[in-house]
Amino acid sequence: MNKRSRRKVLVIGILFGVSVAAVLGLTAFQENLLYFYSPTQIAAGEAPDNHSFRVGGLVVDGTVIRKPDSLDVQFDLTDNTETMTVQYTGILPDLFREGQGIVAMGSMQSGGLFIAEEVLAKHDENYMPPEVADALETAEKAAKQKMQ
Amino acid sequence: MIPELGHFALIIAFAISIVQSIVPLIGAAKNDSAMISMARPAALVQFLFVGLAYAALTHAFIVHDFSVLYVSKHSNLVQPLMYRISGVWGSHEGSLLLWTLILSIWTIAVAVYSKNLPEILMARVLAVMAMISTGFLMFMLFTSNPFERIFPAPLDGNELNPLLQDPGLILHPPMLYMGYVGFSVAFAFAVAALLGGKLDATWARWSRPWTTIAWSFLTFGIALGSWWAYNELGWGGWWFWDPVENASFMPWLVGTALIHSLASTEKRGVFKSWTVLLAILAFSLSLLGTFIVRSGVLVSVHAFATDPARGVFILAFLIVVIGGSLGLYAWRSATVVSYGRFTWFSRETALLLNNIIFLTAAAAVFVGTMYPLVVDAFGIGKISVGRPYFDTMFSFIAIPLLLLLGVGPAVRWKGDNTSRIAKVTISFFIFSLVVGLLLPFLIEDKLNIATGLGYAGALWVALTTLKELFDRISKKLKLSLSYIGMVVAHLGIAVFVVGVTTTVTYSEEKDLRMVPGSSYNISGYEFRFQGVRKVNGPNYIADEAVIEVWHGEEKSGELLPQKRIYSGKSNPMTDASIDKTLFRDLYAALGEELGGGAWSMRVYYKPMIRWIWLGTLFMTFGGILAVSDKRYRQKAKKKSTQPLAATGNA
Repeated sequence: MNKRSRRKVLVIGILFGVSVAAVLGLTAFQENLLYFYSPTQIAAGEAPDNHSFRVGGLVVDGTVIRKPDSLDVQFDLTDNTETMTVQYTGILPDLFREGQGIVAMGSMQSGGLFIAEEVLAKHDENYMPPEVADALETAEKAAKQKMQ
Repeated sequence: MIPELGHFALIIAFAISIVQSIVPLIGAAKNDSAMISMARPAALVQFLFVGLAYAALTHAFIVHDFSVLYVSKHSNLVQPLMYRISGVWGSHEGSLLLWTLILSIWTIAVAVYSKNLPEILMARVLAVMAMISTGFLMFMLFTSNPFERIFPAPLDGNELNPLLQDPGLILHPPMLYMGYVGFSVAFAFAVAALLGGKLDATWARWSRPWTTIAWSFLTFGIALGSWWAYNELGWGGWWFWDPVENASFMPWLVGTALIHSLASTEKRGVFKSWTVLLAILAFSLSLLGTFIVRSGVLVSVHAFATDPARGVFILAFLIVVIGGSLGLYAWRSATVVSYGRFTWFSRETALLLNNIIFLTAAAAVFVGTMYPLVVDAFGIGKISVGRPYFDTMFSFIAIPLLLLLGVGPAVRWKGDNTSRIAKVTISFFIFSLVVGLLLPFLIEDKLNIATGLGYAGALWVALTTLKELFDRISKKLKLSLSYIGMVVAHLGIAVFVVGVTTTVTYSEEKDLRMVPGSSYNISGYEFRFQGVRKVNGPNYIADEAVIEVWHGEEKSGELLPQKRIYSGKSNPMTDASIDKTLFRDLYAALGEELGGGAWSMRVYYKPMIRWIWLGTLFMTFGGILAVSDKRYRQKAKKKSTQPLAATGNA
C-alpha cells in the first residue's frame, strides 16, 4: 500500500467507526427513552403494555399500605381526575408522603397495577415535579371543560 | 447602602467592560499603541469593581441584610458563617456574579502572566474576554440583579437546603466555574488569533497551559460533585447521568479533546483550524452548562415562559457568542494552512483519533441531555433518557479509547514504524487481555467478559504507560514535567477504570427490614442491628441506628446512619454512614420505622469505589504538573524577541 491509499484506509476506518457508534447510539437511545404518562392518560389506555415508562401524580391520603413482614408498599396516585395503584418494594425517598407529588418509573401489570422500580421525590419540600404539575393542570382543564 | 454600592460597582464594571471590548480592538486594527495599551488597565479596574460588587453581596450575607431579596431567599439567622459566605453562589443571581468575578480573575491572570505576549495579540485577547464579561454583566443588571431589595424586609430568611450544607458543596461550584471560565481563555486566544488573521503554533503555545489548568479545575470540580452526591444523597451512586452532571461533563469531554489537539498544533503545527473549532466548542458548552443548570430550564422549560426576559437573553447571548465565533471562523479559517506533514501511523493520527473518540462521547451526552428538553419545549411530550443509554454508550466508547491510550503515547511524531510499535506492545496486549479476563475467575469463579475487558483495559493502559516511562528513564532521556503530568493523568485513567469496573460488577446492595438483634450478611461482612436511639444535633434531631459490622470473628467497625429532622422542616433527611477504606466501602442508610421496633435499612458493599475519585485526583494532579513545566516560560522568553512576526498584523 502506498501512502495515499493508507490514508484512505484510515479515513474509511474512522468513518466506519463513527457510523457504528452512531447506529449503536441511536439504538440504545430508542430503547431507553422513557415516556411520561399521567393517570388520566393511563386510564385512557395510552401507556404501553410491555415497556417501562414514568408516571406522576399526588399520593392519595390514607392509601399508603405497608405489608408487615416485607418492604412492600402500595399506594394510590392521582391527578385529581383518575387514580391508579402503585406497588413498590424497598425504601421510599425522604420526601415521600401522602399528598406529595411524586414520579415513579416502572411498568403496568395486568389488572391495572403499576409496579414501580424507582420512586422519585425531589429534595425540596415545596417542590412539585414539573411533569406532575403539568399533569394536574391538564386534568383540571379537562374536568372544567366537561362541566361546561 | 452597601448593596447599592455593590449595584453601582456592577454598573461601573459594565461600562468599563464595554470600553475594554471595543477600544483595544480598534487600536489593534489601527495599530494605535495608546488604544492598545488601554486593555491591561481596563482589565484591572474592571476586576476591582466586580470584586467590590462581590464583596458587597458577601457582606449582605454576613450581616443578615434580609432587605436584599437574594439574601433573604438563601440564608437565615441560624445559618453558620461558612454557609452564609458560600450562600452567595447558592442560586442563580449570585452564581452569575461568581462567574463574572472568576472571569475577571482569569483576565487579570492572562494580563499579568503573559507579559511577553505581543501587545496586539494581548489587546485582542483581553477585548474578547471583556465581551464575554459585558454579556454577563448585562444579563445580571437587566434580568438577574443580585442586589434587588424587598420592602418591607423580612425578619428572617429562608433556610439554605440542608443537603447543600456540606463542605464538598462549598467548593464544588467555584471549582467548576474555574474550569468553565478557564476555557474562555482558550476561546479568547482562538478568537483573537482569528481576528488577527494568522493562526500559528504560537497561538497554541500560549493557550495550552491556560487550557490545561482550566481542565484540571474542571476535573476536580466534577469529582467533588460526584463525591458529594455519594456522601449526601444516600443512594450510594457516584454518577447519575443527571442533566446537571451532564452539563459539566460535556465541556470536560470537549476540553479533554482540546488539550490533546493543542499538543499537535503546538508541537507540529497541524490541525490548527480544528483546534480553534474545539476551543470555540469547549467554551460554548461551558456557557450552555452554566445556563441550563442555573436558569431553571432543567426544572421546567416553561420556567422561561414565566420569565421570558431571561430566556430570550440567554438564547440571544448563546447565539451571539457561538454564532459570532463560528462565523468568524468560517470567514477566516480558510486562510489557515497546516504545514505539518505526517503519515497515517503517527502521533498526530493518534491524537486525531483521541479527538474523534472524545467528540463522539460528547455528542452522545449532548443528545441524551438536550433531546428531552427540545421535545418538551415543542410540546411534543415528556420524555427522559434512561441511564442504560449512557452506560451502554460509554462502555463501548471506552474500548477504542483504552486501546488507543496504550499505543498513542509511544508512537512518534510525523510517522512511525508499525512493526516497531507492535513489537513493543504485543506482549503487553496479550498479557493484559489474559490476566484481565482471568481476574473475574479468581474473584468469584465466573466468566465475566465485560468486567474482564475492563480490567484488561486498565492493565494495558497502566503497563504501556509505565513501560514508556521506564524506557525513557533507562535511555537517560530528560523527563519534562509535562511528560510526567501526562503519565500521571493516564495512570489516573487506569485507576479510574479499575474503580468503575470493580464497583459496577461487585457492589452489593440490599434493602432490608431489620429488628434490633437481627443481622444480615453481605460479601463477608455481617451487619448487626443493635437498635435506634435519639440524638440531638445543633439544628436538628435525629434517629440514629447503631449497626455493628463484623468481619469473620472480628468486629471491624460501627455504622451510625441517621434520619434527621432539621428545625423548621417537617420532612426527614437521610444521613448515610460510610465506613471507608481504599479497597471497600460499607454504607448504611436508615429508612423508616416499620412498627414493632423494625426499621427499613439500606446497606451496601462497594468495593474499590474510592479508586474512582483517586483516578480523577491523578488526572487533576497530572494537569497541574503539565502546567508547571518551565518550558512554557522559557519559550515565552525566546519568542518575545520577535513579537510582531509571530502574530501578524491585520
